[in-house]
Amino acid sequence: MNKTKKITLKTFRFNAETDYLPYYKHYEMEVGKDELILDLLNRIKWEHDGSFSYRRSCRHGICGACGIKVNGKATLACKQNALELVALFGDELVIEPQSKKRAVKDMIIDKEDFWKKHDTVLPYVVTDVDPHPEHETKQSIADFNNFLDSDLCIQCGLCYYSCPAVEVNPDFLGPAAFNSAYRFTVDPRDEASKERLEITGAMGQGVWNCVKCFECAQACPKDINPIEKITKLHNMEFVAGTAESNVATRHAEGFVRSIKKYGLLDEADIVLYSEGYLGMFKHLGTAIDMMKSGKIHWHSGIPFIDSVPKIKNLDEVQKLIEISQTHTL
Amino acid sequence: MSTQLHYALFTGCTAKQSTPELLSSTLAVADKLGIKITILEEASCCGASHLQDFDEFLAHVLNARNICYAEKLGLTMITICNTCQLNSLMTKHALDSDPDLKARVNEKLAEVGLEYKGTSEIKHFLYTLIDEYGLENIKDKVEVPLSHLNIAPFYGCHNIRPSELQDEANNGENPYNPTSLDNLIDALEGNPINYESKNKCCGFHVELQDNHSSEVLSGNALLDAIDNAADIMVTPCPLCHLKMDTYQDSIAKVMGRDMELPVLHMPQMVALALGCTEKEIGLNFHVQKAKHLYTQAS
Repeated sequence: MNKTKKITLKTFRFNAETDYLPYYKHYEMEVGKDELILDLLNRIKWEHDGSFSYRRSCRHGICGACGIKVNGKATLACKQNALELVALFGDELVIEPQSKKRAVKDMIIDKEDFWKKHDTVLPYVVTDVDPHPEHETKQSIADFNNFLDSDLCIQCGLCYYSCPAVEVNPDFLGPAAFNSAYRFTVDPRDEASKERLEITGAMGQGVWNCVKCFECAQACPKDINPIEKITKLHNMEFVAGTAESNVATRHAEGFVRSIKKYGLLDEADIVLYSEGYLGMFKHLGTAIDMMKSGKIHWHSGIPFIDSVPKIKNLDEVQKLIEISQTHTL
Repeated sequence: MSTQLHYALFTGCTAKQSTPELLSSTLAVADKLGIKITILEEASCCGASHLQDFDEFLAHVLNARNICYAEKLGLTMITICNTCQLNSLMTKHALDSDPDLKARVNEKLAEVGLEYKGTSEIKHFLYTLIDEYGLENIKDKVEVPLSHLNIAPFYGCHNIRPSELQDEANNGENPYNPTSLDNLIDALEGNPINYESKNKCCGFHVELQDNHSSEVLSGNALLDAIDNAADIMVTPCPLCHLKMDTYQDSIAKVMGRDMELPVLHMPQMVALALGCTEKEIGLNFHVQKAKHLYTQAS
């Protein structure tokens, strides 16, 4: 890695004011071992085309402006060594904005949806502040540790624009907003935790619409693992008692019911338990297909019922559920 | 192979219910390759990420119990479902890196006479085949080359992300450009097709509460494979299989395009190339017609 390496930057170009469609331009350059992706973006602008546009500011991984995608990989340009990506993807790096369909000019995207949704979760401490406090607000080490790493978020948008749920469900608030919601909900000074849990628990926009793909954990340049906070928000709904009984919460809780009975998940029962008898109708077509192909087992002439094998030492599992379960729906 | 490979198999729930073909083809492949398998009949459900949403601690306790049984045998625990793989691995990682949590979990496990130690590795069968059995050795055993098939590898999220957690189990697979399944297809002399959706999400986990999103995610992947001339899709995850096979007709309606793409489990594809029996491969359990693959292969 001591020598320079000749690479090609296949770069997304688009100007919403003048271009009908985006296009790609190829820039060749010798890249040194210490150069960052941001250095390469600068070189495109300084050495090849002064009109090339991208956001950058702090150059220290803290302003969150320079998030882009390189060969599909969510990348904070000022933190990412270029030759590391060459080792991963080869000599052609594909430089694209975080979200092509939101491109305004080259790497610059319109992040309006990101900021609007981020605002929705009340991303600040909600409390009546005494204008003349007589003592400081103390925070224990345990309180502090409870934030995990959620406070490190720089709102760069990399998790949000990597999230497939955001792409197919315009209401979905997305991982960055949920991370912020978690951060302020566990803040001991905050008084809006119930309100926030209701916002993040609402069907359609909330955590129950997360597809669990872990793209956000992969994308985060600050290693925050947003889906870990999404799981915590799920848990907190049940602990705080804000969880409404609906198809998603019954689905989560229904696992305990099945595991208690068989050790395994009863695939048919979990659908019935989550959806209710009326909700089952929409699965009828698939159920018939599955029955025809032998995917649903028959027992004593009746499909679904008691068709699940029991695991060995089921009594251990039942005992562990009894002594370890921390809350109920 | 100098010493026989021996693994403890965590089957997961689907292999014992709606995808019996996954279990039978896994066992058939292991048998053909001389890999010894001990099924963990004591293992319970991994929680599938949903139990974790309800009660994370309980999920850790139950997953730790499963791992205990592999540890008792002194074997690597192998999985045949991406979601089982990830959830078991998340428990292992949480317990191995947090002595306090490990102690709290072990306090519960002690009540049933078990102790989690952290001595067993957890790997998906796909990676044990490639990294431990070896592609060259698999190549030598191919009886029915798959050269007549364009195969779309569909990796599934929970075997490749987050890479920080998976790296050891999947030999540093690049989640933005995974290659293991492509290499396996190559070794079986099939033609792996390159398409953008191969590392994307199938939407299985929001099937009930957000059906439309789920169908569109699967639909995008299926159509991407079809538009790149795939004859079949293959996946190491039975949940991806269930979503894209059993729901394919309703996905087609949502996407407004006809589709008839067989979605095979990874071990079924290997079994087909190793010349296992039709009963073992179990294509009859698919909703999308796939039995023509037997005659094509012969």
